[in-house]
Amino acid sequence: MSVVIIKYNAGNVQSVYNALKRLNVEAVVSDEPQVISNADKVIFPGVGEASSAMAYLKERELDKLIKGLTVPILGVCLGLQLMCAYSEEEDTECLNIFPVQVKKFPPEDKVPHMGWNTVYNLKGKLFQGVAENSYAYFVHSYYAESNEYAVAESHYIVDFSPAIHKDNFYATQFHPEKSAETGVRLLNNFLRI
Amino acid sequence: MLTKRIIPCLDIRDGKTVKGVNFVNIREAGDPVELGAAYAEQGADELVFLDITATIEGRNAFAELVKEIAAELNIPFTVGGGISSEKDVSLLLEAGADKISINSAAVIEPGLIDRIAKNFGSQCVVLAIDTRFDRNLWQVYVHGGRTPTERYAPEWAKEAVERGAGEILLTSMNHDGTKNGFALDITKELSRSLPIPVIASGGAGTEEHFYDVFTKGEADAALAASIFHFGEIPIPDLKKYLHEKHITVRL
Repeated sequence: MSVVIIKYNAGNVQSVYNALKRLNVEAVVSDEPQVISNADKVIFPGVGEASSAMAYLKERELDKLIKGLTVPILGVCLGLQLMCAYSEEEDTECLNIFPVQVKKFPPEDKVPHMGWNTVYNLKGKLFQGVAENSYAYFVHSYYAESNEYAVAESHYIVDFSPAIHKDNFYATQFHPEKSAETGVRLLNNFLRI
Repeated sequence: MLTKRIIPCLDIRDGKTVKGVNFVNIREAGDPVELGAAYAEQGADELVFLDITATIEGRNAFAELVKEIAAELNIPFTVGGGISSEKDVSLLLEAGADKISINSAAVIEPGLIDRIAKNFGSQCVVLAIDTRFDRNLWQVYVHGGRTPTERYAPEWAKEAVERGAGEILLTSMNHDGTKNGFALDITKELSRSLPIPVIASGGAGTEEHFYDVFTKGEADAALAASIFHFGEIPIPDLKKYLHEKHITVRL
């Protein structure tokens, strides 16, 4: 099985690579359309800012490529946000795989939402064997509004969707690569889809 | 609910040994990678690795070590100690660290915070403040607490947030090493006034001290070293205690 991590100007590529390696999967990190298109599984990571990440993807025509993928793809953190329709961060039009709005947390508590928080109402293959109210590690200032594609729910200041799924597209707002046993289980589940 | 975080801190010398550790279940005493993994296994929420080496060779060895740590750990970790440029930051983040902590260099040249935040994101910038309460003021110290500065903790923390710091690691030098408890008042003052998380450090001696710093001190996270390294307070016991006292922790 070939797993490709999409390489772009975002952090956590190395962390995702390491997490897969711990599962004995040697992933390929690439921004080559040919390599990404031929993968069995694709991971779309991301830490950083939405508009510059989108600009980078468009420049390399990776935006169309990602939208057109038919193999299972997992977006992580900023990856999830970019798979949505629109982000309030720098007023950014995103990939629109999920017709969902990404908003900034209101400043009623500390932002970013940083640390371990519970995920619940878990559904689908991604969360198979993951207990309700498991803890996952989050670092983000923007969130996907609760929506019909949610396969998990979480709460920080507001209710939001920490994981979404539609067809072959999966995404988590938290970092499975940093979420201890819960994250290991989730990545394993994704690899088995 | 978002949990309070428990963060063990490890001092690293020459990229290999951990200072002052006597930890059960470790085959090679002092191996930072193995020790870090053991803490992760026990339920530590994050780890901090502090490079206390002064030499160039030691610093390069530290970056190599960070790669090994990143390959092993499945929880977030911060690295710090002597970081003074974006180049240092870039090297350590590429090696796999999730966050970097800066201290003296930021006091000497505050613009460093802006540049790191802009280039790598606020989420990875932890500003460490060493402060001592003296004549009614929390004065900021640099160079491992040896040199007093003209700055004071509340103002400096506020400025750092405006410049892009994502978290404050606050060490009270009055409390550090005493095992008499954390500095509750200054922790509370910063945690209430700042829009970013505050990690309290210095003074942990009992489980109750953690309870106090999360309640009275309103800290978002608490960091300690020796009480964990010597097994005085096992992390699972500490978390169980906090949970029973209705503090939200990851069990």
